[in-house]
Amino acid sequence: MNYKRIYLDHAATTPIDSRVKDAMEPFWDEKFGNAGGLYEEGRLAKEAMQNSRETITKFIGAKPDEIIFTSGGTESDNLAVFGVAEAALKNLPKAEIFQDFSQRDGARLSNSPAGEYAGLKKSSAEAKIKPHIITTKFEHHAVLTPCEQLAREGLDVTFLDVGEDGIVNPEDVRKVLRPETVLVSIMYANNEIGTIQPIAEIGKIIKDFRMAKAQNKQYPYFHTDACQAAGYLDLNVNNLGVDLMTVNGSKIYGPKGIGFLYKKTGVKIKPQIIGGGQEMRMRSGTENILLIVGMAKAFEIAQAERESETDRLTPLRNYFISEIVKKIPKVVLNGHAIKRLPNNVNVSILDIEGEALVLYMDAKGISFSTGSACTSESLDPSHVILALGKPYEFAHSSMRFTMGRSTTKEELDKVLEVLPATVEWLRKVSPVSIDMNAKSMSHPEVFAGENLMVKAKSKSYK
Amino acid sequence: MDVINQYTGEKWYYTDIVKDHFFHPRNLLMEKPKNENEFDARGMVGSPACGDMMEMWMKIGSAVGSDSNNKEERIKELKWKTFGCASAIAATSMYSVMLTENGGMTLAEALKVRPQDVMKRLGGLPNRKIHCSVLADKAFQKTANDYFRKTGQNSRIVIEGARVIDPRLNITDKDIEEAVLEGAQNLEEVQKKLKVGIGASQELITEIEQLIRFYADKYYG
Repeated sequence: MNYKRIYLDHAATTPIDSRVKDAMEPFWDEKFGNAGGLYEEGRLAKEAMQNSRETITKFIGAKPDEIIFTSGGTESDNLAVFGVAEAALKNLPKAEIFQDFSQRDGARLSNSPAGEYAGLKKSSAEAKIKPHIITTKFEHHAVLTPCEQLAREGLDVTFLDVGEDGIVNPEDVRKVLRPETVLVSIMYANNEIGTIQPIAEIGKIIKDFRMAKAQNKQYPYFHTDACQAAGYLDLNVNNLGVDLMTVNGSKIYGPKGIGFLYKKTGVKIKPQIIGGGQEMRMRSGTENILLIVGMAKAFEIAQAERESETDRLTPLRNYFISEIVKKIPKVVLNGHAIKRLPNNVNVSILDIEGEALVLYMDAKGISFSTGSACTSESLDPSHVILALGKPYEFAHSSMRFTMGRSTTKEELDKVLEVLPATVEWLRKVSPVSIDMNAKSMSHPEVFAGENLMVKAKSKSYK
Repeated sequence: MDVINQYTGEKWYYTDIVKDHFFHPRNLLMEKPKNENEFDARGMVGSPACGDMMEMWMKIGSAVGSDSNNKEERIKELKWKTFGCASAIAATSMYSVMLTENGGMTLAEALKVRPQDVMKRLGGLPNRKIHCSVLADKAFQKTANDYFRKTGQNSRIVIEGARVIDPRLNITDKDIEEAVLEGAQNLEEVQKKLKVGIGASQELITEIEQLIRFYADKYYG
C-alpha cells in the first residue's frame, strides 16, 4: 500500500518551499562568484547578498549592516552569548565600567574558578569585575550550554525559573537585573512547548533599567532566539526592544545550515570565527550566497504569510488539543493553552515512554518527537518539561506534535484515530501509573543505590 | 523514512530481532496480579542512566532435577512490564525468553546470564542503548533476592555496590536509601518500612540517622 506519511515535526525542521528552491537555482553554478571579487561574478554575488540583507531588514525594521549571516541558529546564539560576554570582559579593566559592583563583589570573585578570560586573570586591583548574564532554565541548548560554560569559567549567570504555564514573568527579570548585567537572553517562543514569551515587555524593562543607570548605559544587551517564532510572530526588533536576535532558515521552509544574527548598531560583540573579515568583521568565511538567498526568500514568504498561517493553524491546534484530551485518558497539556505558537501541541501522555510511542507511530506512518530521555544524546529528559515543575515521568512521556503548511485536518484526524489504541497498548506494557497532578516521581525507591541524578520531588509553586 | 544504523548500515535503528520483540513482546504481564501470592517473587528497578523502570514477576516450578536428591528451582514463568524505550522492551522480552525456554533455567543458571548474552541474541543494540539491556538483569537479581528472602535463603541474596550497615540483620545503605525514597523520614519510619528493628547500638543508630538525612536532602531537599 502506498500511503503518504504524516509529518508533525515542523519545529524540528521544514521542507524547502518550492519558491525558495527556485530563488536558489541560479546560485549553484550560474552565479557562483565570491562576493569579495571585484569582477562581474563577484559583483553579482555581492548584489544578491545585499538584496537578501535588505529583504530581511524590511521585515524586522533593521538596517542592512545589522544582519550577520551565520551557519544557523546555534552559531547565532553562540555568537550572541560568547560574543557579548567576551567583549564585555575585554573592555572591563580600562573602562572600569562596573565600578559600583567591583567594590561590593571583589572578595567573591577572588574565589571563583580560574577563567580563561583575560579579564578574570588580571591583578587583584583590576580583577574585581564579574559580568552577569540572565537567561532561563528552559532556553534552547544553543543558549543554555554556552551560558553554563561561561558560569563554569567564572561569570555570574542567573538561570530564571519559568512559570508552570511555560512563560517567563517579566517582573522576575526586573528583580535580577544588576548594574553589572551585560546580557539578557530569553527565547521568543520555546522550541518544545511553543509558549510565547513577553519579549516586548521584557525589552521595555531592560530599556528602562539602562536609562536609569549612571554609567555603562549600553548594558545590559537583550538577545532573543526567534528561530521558532519566525514563521508566526512579529519580528520587528523595534517593537520587541531587542539588541540581538537569532533566526535560521531550516524552521521556515528555507535551507539548513544558514541563519542570521541581528546585531543593533553599536552593540559590542567579539567575533567567534575570524579570518577574512567578512560580515562586517563579525563572522569570517566566504559568504554562502546560495543559502543566503534561500533563507532570505524563505523569510520573506514566512513573514508575509505568517498571519494567514496563524489563522489557519490556530483552530487546528485547538481542535487537536481538545480531541487528544478527550480521546485518551491521562493526557496533560504542557505549556499555556493559548499563549503558544499556532502550530505547537505538546502533551505528556502519562505512563508511557516517548521513544516507544514515537517508534510505534513511525511504523504507522506518523512522525512527531518526544522529550524522553531515551532519544536525547545526553540521556537526560526534556529540561523544558522539568522546568515547568513537572516530575520526571512527565518529561519522559512528553510528545511534541508540530504542524506546518502541509498539515490538514484529515491528517490530524488520522493521528487521532491511530494514537489511542497505540497508547492503550503501551500502557499495558508499562508498570507505571502516575497521578495526573503528581509533583514527585512515581517509584523513586526503585532507583535506590543507583545514584539517581534528578530530584524525586519537583519544584513546588507557591 | 528509514533510520540507518551507523554500525551495520541496517535500515532501522534496531535489528529485526529487536524490532520483532519490541512490536511483539513475549511474556508481557498484561494485568498486574491482584493477589500478592500469585507469583513467587517480584522485583522492580529503575535505570540510573535514563530513568526507565521495570517490574518483574517470577514463578518457580517444583520440578525435581535429574539427580533426585537435588531439588532444582527452575523458572516456570518470568513476566514483566517496562516503562522504557524500544531497547528496554526488546531486551526484557528476550531476557524472559532465554530464562524460560527449554523447560526453564535453574535460578543458579539464570543468575549467570549476562547482558552481553541478551545483546547477542538480539543481534546487537546501538552503543548508547546498551544500558537498556542491563535493566532486565538487575530486575531479575532483585526478583531472585525477593525469592531468596521469602524462602529463607538469605545467604544467596546478592546486593551489588551496597555497604552493610547493620551486620546483625544484613541491612545495607541501599536498603535505607530505598526506604527514604519510599517516603520514610526518620529512624522509626525506616524501621517500619524494613519491617525490622535496625540499629542495636547508639553508634549504629547515629550512622543510620545520618544516612536518612543525607538521602532525604539529596532527593527531597
